[in-house]
Amino acid sequence: MNAPLPQRVGPWLRSRLPVLDPVLLALVGVLSLLGLVTLYSAASDHPGRFGEQLRNFALAGAVMIAVAGLPPRMLKRLALPTYTVGLVLLVAVLVAGVSVKGAQRWLELGPLRIQPAEIMKLAVPLMLAWYFDRREGAVGRMDFAVAALLVLVPVALIVRQPDLGTAMLVLAAGFFVIFFAGLPWLWLGVMVGGAVALVPVAWTLMHDYQRNRILTLVDPMSDPLGKGFHTLQAMIAIGSGGIFGKGWMQGTQTHLEFIPERTSDFIFAVFSEEFGLIGNLVLLVLFLVLVGRALQIALQASTPFTRLLASAIAMILFTYTFVNMAMVSGILPVVGVPLPFISYGGTALVTLGMACGMLMCVQSHRKLVQM
Amino acid sequence: MKFLRNPEREVFYFRTRLLAATVLMLGGFALLLARFTWLQVVRHQDFYARAEQNRISLVPVTGNRGLIKDRNGVIIAKNYSAYTLEIAMDQVKNVDATIDQLSEVIPIEARDRRRFHKLIEDYKRLDSVPIRTRLTDEEVARFAAQRYRFPGVELRARLFRQYPLGDTASHVLGYIGRVSEADEQRIDQFSNPADYNGTEYIGKIGVESSYEEYLHGTTGFEQVEITAGGHPVRTLSRTPSEPGHNLILSIDIKLQELAEKAFGDRRGALIAIEPESGDVLAFVSKPTYDPNLFVDGIDPLNWDGLNNSQDKPLLNRALRGTYPIGSTYKPFLALCALELGKRHFDSVTYDPGFFWYAGHEFREGGHIPKGGYGNVDLHRAIVVSSDVYFYVLANDLGVDAIHNFMQPFGFGQMTGIDLEGELAGVLPSSEWKERRFHQKWFGGETISIGIGQGYNSFTLLQLAHATATLANGGVVMKPHVVRAIEDPRTGALKPTVPSESGRIKLNPLNVDFIRNAMVDVNLSGTARAAFVGAPYHAAGKTGTAQVVGVAQNEKYNENKIDERHRDHALFIAFAPADPGAKPKIALALLVENAGWGALAAAPIARQVFDYYLLGKVPAGPAPIDEHDEPLKTASTTEATAKR
Repeated sequence: MNAPLPQRVGPWLRSRLPVLDPVLLALVGVLSLLGLVTLYSAASDHPGRFGEQLRNFALAGAVMIAVAGLPPRMLKRLALPTYTVGLVLLVAVLVAGVSVKGAQRWLELGPLRIQPAEIMKLAVPLMLAWYFDRREGAVGRMDFAVAALLVLVPVALIVRQPDLGTAMLVLAAGFFVIFFAGLPWLWLGVMVGGAVALVPVAWTLMHDYQRNRILTLVDPMSDPLGKGFHTLQAMIAIGSGGIFGKGWMQGTQTHLEFIPERTSDFIFAVFSEEFGLIGNLVLLVLFLVLVGRALQIALQASTPFTRLLASAIAMILFTYTFVNMAMVSGILPVVGVPLPFISYGGTALVTLGMACGMLMCVQSHRKLVQM
Repeated sequence: MKFLRNPEREVFYFRTRLLAATVLMLGGFALLLARFTWLQVVRHQDFYARAEQNRISLVPVTGNRGLIKDRNGVIIAKNYSAYTLEIAMDQVKNVDATIDQLSEVIPIEARDRRRFHKLIEDYKRLDSVPIRTRLTDEEVARFAAQRYRFPGVELRARLFRQYPLGDTASHVLGYIGRVSEADEQRIDQFSNPADYNGTEYIGKIGVESSYEEYLHGTTGFEQVEITAGGHPVRTLSRTPSEPGHNLILSIDIKLQELAEKAFGDRRGALIAIEPESGDVLAFVSKPTYDPNLFVDGIDPLNWDGLNNSQDKPLLNRALRGTYPIGSTYKPFLALCALELGKRHFDSVTYDPGFFWYAGHEFREGGHIPKGGYGNVDLHRAIVVSSDVYFYVLANDLGVDAIHNFMQPFGFGQMTGIDLEGELAGVLPSSEWKERRFHQKWFGGETISIGIGQGYNSFTLLQLAHATATLANGGVVMKPHVVRAIEDPRTGALKPTVPSESGRIKLNPLNVDFIRNAMVDVNLSGTARAAFVGAPYHAAGKTGTAQVVGVAQNEKYNENKIDERHRDHALFIAFAPADPGAKPKIALALLVENAGWGALAAAPIARQVFDYYLLGKVPAGPAPIDEHDEPLKTASTTEATAKR
């Protein structure tokens, strides 16, 4: 117990290794490596970011290993408190949050600066999985109503900040749990139909900047120097990359600072410009296998809780990847969604580490006998 | 509606959901792949081009503006490189506060601020506005050390136009200034408007303007890689600019300087022309101004000073001032009479000191002997400047004959000199009056024409040009201030003017007669005092032009008349004027409100000739001769005067 820290890390790791899913670990490792390589190029004018990102990876890795070692019941036990604390913090943000760039998203707790909405990305699916697990075998229509409420309350609070991107991701996370919990298809159809019908209503409720993002998506050339600049420059970066890309550190759009937010939300444009369609294909396959593996873990999960949690996480990973790539390549409006493992940013990485840890936890506690 | 109760069924349904999710995922990734293919394969060329367009900026590199030299190679307009401190208007929020902070680092005077604000007002689209120009090395160093404090404030090395001789010859040279909207329309008419990309300065007036396209040079381009913020990263390729052509003026700048000094602080104009070539040797309009003031934007105080001055220093009197030319018109009228056979060398008219026409008395002007000059022949009429002789002569000739004879000499027409803004003036005729006033010509109006008054209104340039043509025996040379255009790289000279632009058919005997009479003006006539002791023969003629009408029975009393209503003094001359000699210089000059031509104007001509022919440099401004003696032995009486 009194041995110095480095000497303690080895035995601890060895004790944990069996719980780490090798397939997931390899995929996460390769993606993280690609992310670091891309970030090195994207952040050539912010040399500090590469080092910070290494540190973020270390932190996220530690979180992943720690979570992977927890027994699923511990996760189950943590669901309600995490969700409650998250909700309280969300209310606190609205009351006493710090405004950054016109949105009130941050809460200052002493030296810590946290973004409670981030917690909800995992707290909501955790909470819902816990809820449906409790109602196992007796899930009725009221349960879906309760679940919907559990999702919509935090989503509404996040929308108020406003942070449409995160709200959408939390909504998606909650939706996937409900979907996997057996939401009747008919209801699903009604919801999709209703959502389509609500588009005009949503339009009137949106902030101007949100509307502009959608407008410029329809026609980014309409205002190439104003609202459409980000999307257009990202599209130019991707398109100019061609099949083989311009080569690592050779992207002109990247290095001449035409790509906005090139280390965080738009880092995919950097990757795409420098590695081309081939690189994109590799990345797509990696993410495809990652999500596929997560779905497989869900398939093999032994309890409703782990099943729902793993499947929801799988689809969260897919949603992040899809929304980010679609946004950067100009088929979705610009929302603040990072590309998993590639974008610079500590919070997102830690969340991802936690999610992967949960997947591994589920995997290591799967049924011993395949169904 | 069916709800899930059976765990087995539940797992089955869950698997269905997983399958659906997998399909959704595959569909999503397929959509992304399709999008990537669209962007990176189908539209690759387009986006690649746009990326190149993004990163490569064509930066125009303007060529150095051509130099301007005088006929002897003295440089009178040049360029020099200096640092300016410029404020990028879109990057600096509080401009005045920034200037205040800057003034703690380098001196910024009130004049600089005024000029800065005027520039912003005048050129609204300027994105980088200079607050200080011509920084000293020390100022550059001081600012460079504090640069971090001033985002949006930049040091730039720029080429400046400089007129080293200051206000000398400014009415010929003109000046350059920033390209205005009006200039942009002008540029569109140029043969190669694209050359003006990146050009900030353009000739506004004078030869700087009329030879703008020669002086400008060819603009080159640099391909520069730039960042999204517009900061250059590196130069990819270079198409060099070519310097503008140099101008060799026909002006002799020493002569010009001397002529300007000869005026002292009097207002007026002088044009000296080499008759043989049409070269304008001196082109004076006084007062002058310092063209350097205009180069980087004149500050409002200086501008108001120049623009509102009663002396009108910005007015080009030689080119745009039209005056009645008084008695300097007489030699031309005399020649007209001889050529048309209306007078012979020995034709005599009796001059009693007045001339009656249709109930009006036209009096003799100047200091004349009592009872007039008596019997006067044509020679003497010129030498003593007999008005009565020319009243009668004009009446005999008629206005239209005079008009037709004078027209080829260029009176009342633009000479076509290579400067912009020339005025035509008026050479009256009955047809002109009909056109202008819808009135018939009255015979009485011809009388004043005979002494260069009435409707006559000419520029000094026209008068000098006509004098040169007379000195040339009728060969018309178009006057020009630029003699040749020099290619700065090869040094090759291209002359600007054809050798001869016209020829008036004149009897050489008549021309000799007029010249001899004009020589006698300087020897024994009205201008003899100014040419006392001249070792060369100069032909001359004095003139006095009336500024305001004086009633016929009123006396013209210089002392009682407001200085600015006094008569203008004129003089025309050419030299050498010996028989058979080729005149080297012809001139016309006018001193505003200086009274009698012989007193104020002729001494200036003497200084100009002494320098040009003998190389003699005068000690100071030309003297104003105190008085003139009567030309006849008769007693000096009071001057009956007018005109």
